[in-house]
Amino acid sequence: MEHIDPSLIDWSRTQFALTALYHWIFVPLTLGLTFIVAIMESIYVKTGNPWWKKTTKFWMGLLAINFAIGLATGIIMEFEFGTNWSNYSWIVGDIFGAPLAIEGLMAFFMESTFFAIMFFGWDKVSKKTHLLSTWLVAIGSNLSALWILIANGWMQHPVGMTFNPDTARNEMTDFWAIVFNPNAYTKFLHTISSGYVLASLFVIAISSWYLLKKRDIQFAKRSIIVASSFGLIVSLFTLTTGDDSARQVALNQPMKLAAMEGLYDGKSNAEIVTFGILNPSKTLKDTQEPFLFKVAIPGGLSLLSYHNFDAYVPGIKQIVYGDKEHKIMSTKEKIAQGKLAVKALTDYKKAKKAGDKKSAKKAKDVFETHSQYLGYGYLKSPEDIVPNVPITFYAFHTMVGFGTWFILLFILILYTSMTNELHNKRWLLLAGIWSLPMGYIAQEAGWITAEVGRQPWAIQDMLPVGMATSSISSGSVMFTFWMFALLFTGLLIAEVKIMTTQIKIGPKEESHV
Amino acid sequence: MIKTIYQFYHDGFSNMKLGKKLWLLIAIKLFILFAVIKYFFFPNILEEKFDNDTQRSNYILEQLTLQGEDNGTH
Repeated sequence: MEHIDPSLIDWSRTQFALTALYHWIFVPLTLGLTFIVAIMESIYVKTGNPWWKKTTKFWMGLLAINFAIGLATGIIMEFEFGTNWSNYSWIVGDIFGAPLAIEGLMAFFMESTFFAIMFFGWDKVSKKTHLLSTWLVAIGSNLSALWILIANGWMQHPVGMTFNPDTARNEMTDFWAIVFNPNAYTKFLHTISSGYVLASLFVIAISSWYLLKKRDIQFAKRSIIVASSFGLIVSLFTLTTGDDSARQVALNQPMKLAAMEGLYDGKSNAEIVTFGILNPSKTLKDTQEPFLFKVAIPGGLSLLSYHNFDAYVPGIKQIVYGDKEHKIMSTKEKIAQGKLAVKALTDYKKAKKAGDKKSAKKAKDVFETHSQYLGYGYLKSPEDIVPNVPITFYAFHTMVGFGTWFILLFILILYTSMTNELHNKRWLLLAGIWSLPMGYIAQEAGWITAEVGRQPWAIQDMLPVGMATSSISSGSVMFTFWMFALLFTGLLIAEVKIMTTQIKIGPKEESHV
Repeated sequence: MIKTIYQFYHDGFSNMKLGKKLWLLIAIKLFILFAVIKYFFFPNILEEKFDNDTQRSNYILEQLTLQGEDNGTH
């Protein structure tokens, strides 16, 4: 038996978090900026105004920089699957194989053909062919993200599969159930639309800087009108997809929802906290107030989670200790069921090895009865299912708070652009610039909410992270963690340096790429 | 047709300005990722330890059952 060192689990998780968070610096900008350049080029093709061609080419140049530097940063996570998370990759192999293969093929064909036409094809193919390629790059990049998010959505809410005790793998039984997993498509829509918001903030921030510097004014104004119109539409869409996503969390991951809201005691007509400071000394077993200060809307959480002001929302305590009145099974009971599943799996393995078909069948039946709680069989205590509440709560509220500000910002910027007052509003231009780092923080906070909030699960209810790791030395993971920290920081510095150089040069007639 | 496609890519790459620097960056990055990081630091543990899928399955089953045993399942 190989014992897993707890520090190995922590280092493996930290390394994965580092690579995922750095990777996500580059991806959302690509997802959104492709659409913004496609819109700008559409205006060029429709109006024939060369100013729009120049505008499109400038933003396309910045897109190229972001794309080139971000390219393949996600592949590191696949390396980590094979080395640090080999148990996990084996167990999910059949489920992840198809979506990731489709993603890889799509990315390859799209990048080698339409990207090439988009960057090399100006004046070589017709305007309409070029425009079509630009739109296909935008659509293709986003579809590429679809398959990754389907895989992620499956981990949050595993459907369309069955665990095979002979191979120790989850095998796909229904491809379409995985593709149309409500958790996956709400996550996909929320994630890509938030990428569009970030790209809009990016265009606004750079254009605001030009306006503050009183240079390239027409270009900046034109870009801001496109970005703020697009940003306003997509930020409202992000709000609705966020609402759908939270409803899925309420249905499938109630512990995550409770952590997002700092809800220790479940209640009907549950309030939603719009702003709050958590009580740092609060523990699960005491009766202290969870908040030092809060501003809350009565019934808001019940309404958003279940579309009913009076709906009951379980708290952390009810999920851990159970609540008979509301038919919530305690985690202690789930652990007992999980242990029965693990024992049945052991008995099945032994009976199969001994060639005892009758006992093997009996053990398999017992396993199938309890297999939905398999993951709980590896937990040491019921309290293990509580994620880090402060991180989940603050990350969620940062994302929502910043997201709300972005809607207001897009309205203000669009309005003052339409009335031709924006260039005189220094405070608003500064707000436009400062909202860009806020956009990046909101992006990362969204992922922190999604991933920290689902701990301790690598696959919800099926596989805790402690069981998903490989039996390797924590020292090697620590070493590669620092190696990646250096590599990614270098890439980020390169991105910022090359971007700022191009921004300082400004829009020119010729493409920078 | 093939000549036209070749010419398209050739002209595209030849006329690049910043793109040359970006391609160099991509090449260095891919080299570091695949020839150094993947090769030296990120072996596929199950591929390396075992010869076939049956052995891999058995190993994972052992992990799933013995770690449960260690956790007081039996």
